[in-house]
Amino acid sequence: MSPTEKQMTLRNLKTASPREIARQLSRSRRDFLRDAAGVALGGSLLGASPFLRGEKAAKKRKVIVVTFGGGARDQETFAPEGQQNIPHLMRELIPQSSFFTQVVNQGILGHYVATASLATGVYETFNNFSTVPPEHPTVFEYFRKDLRRPPSDAWVVAPSNGFNRIGGSDCRSYGPGVSARVVLPKHLLSVAGSGSSAGYEHLLRDNYETPLHTPPIGGGEFELQQLEMILKLSVDDFMAYARTVSSPDELSMFIVKRLMQQESPSLLWVTMHDIDIAHSGAYSLYIDAIQRTDRLCAELWKTVQSEPEYAGNTTMFILPDFGRDADADAGGNGFQHHRTGDAASRTTWMMALGAGVRQGAVYDRPMQSIDLVPSLGALMGFSAAQAQGRPIAELL
Amino acid sequence: MLPIQLKSELFAAYPPQARSLAEAHIALMRQLPISFLPSLLREVIDYDFKFPAEQRAIDKEFALLSSFSESQIQQWFQPFASISLSQKLMELNWVDRPVQFLEQQSAYLWSTHQMDAFRKAATEYGDRLSSAVSTEPLPARRIGIAIVGQGVAAYDGPLFANLRKHGTYFEQVKPDHGVQVLLEAAAARAKAFPVPYGHWYIDGGAPAEHSPLLTSVSYQGLEQARNALLKRVDTQINRPGMGPEELRSSMAPLSPSDLGMNAAGDPVLDRFQVKLLTEGSGTQIFSTTFVQWTAREALRRAQPLTLVARFAARQRQKPMNEMLSASRGTAELDFVGSLVDADMSSYYHWLNQQRLAGADQSGFLAWFEGHGQALAIAPGLPRGTTSKTAIDLEQLLALTVS
Repeated sequence: MSPTEKQMTLRNLKTASPREIARQLSRSRRDFLRDAAGVALGGSLLGASPFLRGEKAAKKRKVIVVTFGGGARDQETFAPEGQQNIPHLMRELIPQSSFFTQVVNQGILGHYVATASLATGVYETFNNFSTVPPEHPTVFEYFRKDLRRPPSDAWVVAPSNGFNRIGGSDCRSYGPGVSARVVLPKHLLSVAGSGSSAGYEHLLRDNYETPLHTPPIGGGEFELQQLEMILKLSVDDFMAYARTVSSPDELSMFIVKRLMQQESPSLLWVTMHDIDIAHSGAYSLYIDAIQRTDRLCAELWKTVQSEPEYAGNTTMFILPDFGRDADADAGGNGFQHHRTGDAASRTTWMMALGAGVRQGAVYDRPMQSIDLVPSLGALMGFSAAQAQGRPIAELL
Repeated sequence: MLPIQLKSELFAAYPPQARSLAEAHIALMRQLPISFLPSLLREVIDYDFKFPAEQRAIDKEFALLSSFSESQIQQWFQPFASISLSQKLMELNWVDRPVQFLEQQSAYLWSTHQMDAFRKAATEYGDRLSSAVSTEPLPARRIGIAIVGQGVAAYDGPLFANLRKHGTYFEQVKPDHGVQVLLEAAAARAKAFPVPYGHWYIDGGAPAEHSPLLTSVSYQGLEQARNALLKRVDTQINRPGMGPEELRSSMAPLSPSDLGMNAAGDPVLDRFQVKLLTEGSGTQIFSTTFVQWTAREALRRAQPLTLVARFAARQRQKPMNEMLSASRGTAELDFVGSLVDADMSSYYHWLNQQRLAGADQSGFLAWFEGHGQALAIAPGLPRGTTSKTAIDLEQLLALTVS
């Protein structure tokens, strides 16, 4: 890597075009991974598909998607100065994964609408702060309808109340009958605790985008009685566990593990959100959240290996919904927000690991975040008919 | 309404200076695209409460644009003219409520995938404007001082990592009376170069003793206003239909008196402080964020010659078990976390300073309060080096200014 690629200086960020910046980010990640994790450049490996394992494997396949949210920049993750914050990704997961260095999000950079776009394969355009379902069919609906899967086979675990409609669209030929079940652990906690957690710290932690406001719940939220019926967890036990965790994402991971044990869904979508504490402007909390998310991703992968229903047949995808504003962009305030739409806030990465994935490969061609859903369709055997992304050839 | 339909009486609700300014430039504004004009009016409507540097910038912008021929106007604003807005947006009262219009315009631009084009148009316009308007020489070099780590007994992590390549890292600074030394130096500059709102002291806690010549803003000094705002927010968020954007819009028109601020205060500074709380994210809750955002906004708007930003410990983020508890005792402080916050914020302080005129001659000093580590940036100081020379803060500041 040349010195100019190692440091995205104020001067070169000012003069470079968005495409150049995206390419530099991509090359930095690729070169760093080659140096630090000893992985290979994937272009030379193309030709033999690792996913061609036959029908028997396809029937048992499980897919877990984790959004490394909400919004982490390169300099706090994959850039040389940021690697200390993601030791688990670097040392444990990346050597096992196919890593895509340049995933561009060309849509709206709000967490709910961006996550919905990831889940539909279409850049959704609804108001990020409204509690509306996506306009286009979600991956859960394609999966359940085409493969005739029961409600218990597709789940979403998301921390923020704003995500409660993400399980299904209002598209006429899909919709509630084939949507995913959605768990909002913080909402569950609030209901279970009968609203005892008053105070602004609580609000801050619920919706970082606007620290002073928490969106009202509406639509098909996870009902409290399902805590016991599905997760086999008493309210008291849930509350007791909640007292031992330090963040909403840790609580989400607890729910995810219970779901894996009790329901074993074939399609499980986990939205991490702790990192969005950056909106509060406290850099140390942003870094803490990145380190925590890194640890939780590794814990989830270990759980996959230890659960009989998942071990050996699970493919896991980890990707951010988007990045955050560059320090050099005068229109933003650095790490705090993702409002400028600059290249740093749009250019992210994705890793795929587990069943059928080529290990230790790095691909640095540009792809879009909406390519995920058609790729999942190709892997799992359903048609993402209305998705606008394209299947990722390197995964097929 | 379209810009071509503008007339004097539409500005009747503007404050006196703003109204005069708008009325004097109606002919120009009628030629500007609607995707641009409300951004200009957002500045105009607050003209009476702007800092002198901002007023000069607006005056120069109007003077330049007014000198343009029709074809020059078209050439400069063609990228904005090619942005399409909805009929619903154009029907909004963007003359009296430009801020609310811009919020809705922003949402529309994102949803119609025009944000990148708008951003490009805005950046290019800003660059052309900066090149075209004259810049007066500064009466003195601009200086920034960041004081971080108040109350931290010891810290082993690397400090000022982002700044080191731009200046000299000093390992043996004598910290005696450091805050006093730096504030006295700022006061001396205020006396030597008496520019209105030209010399600032921002504190994340209670302000230390300082000269009245310094424009001072502190987190503690705004405690009453912060509490009043949070109380108001608490009421607002329980109203039906209230969402984050509606909440933001409801906070936009708040005045100093709405937050219980003294009516006899400085109207310009008081408005500035209200905006820190109503427009800043996290400034109401974390003192480190408050200082960072205040420094950024002071630099962007007032363009001071001297800005001292002293960080204090912010409250600790509460873990889940404390959130479950109804008790709300005295906030526990996070000293080391606050140091990390302040370290990054000092980098942003310098970055924001470098965006102003005279950047190549400016100086910057970041100091770990009560300790021997400091980082100095100045035209005459080597970059990316470490000095083990014993030095006191007065000498270090002299190096920074020289």
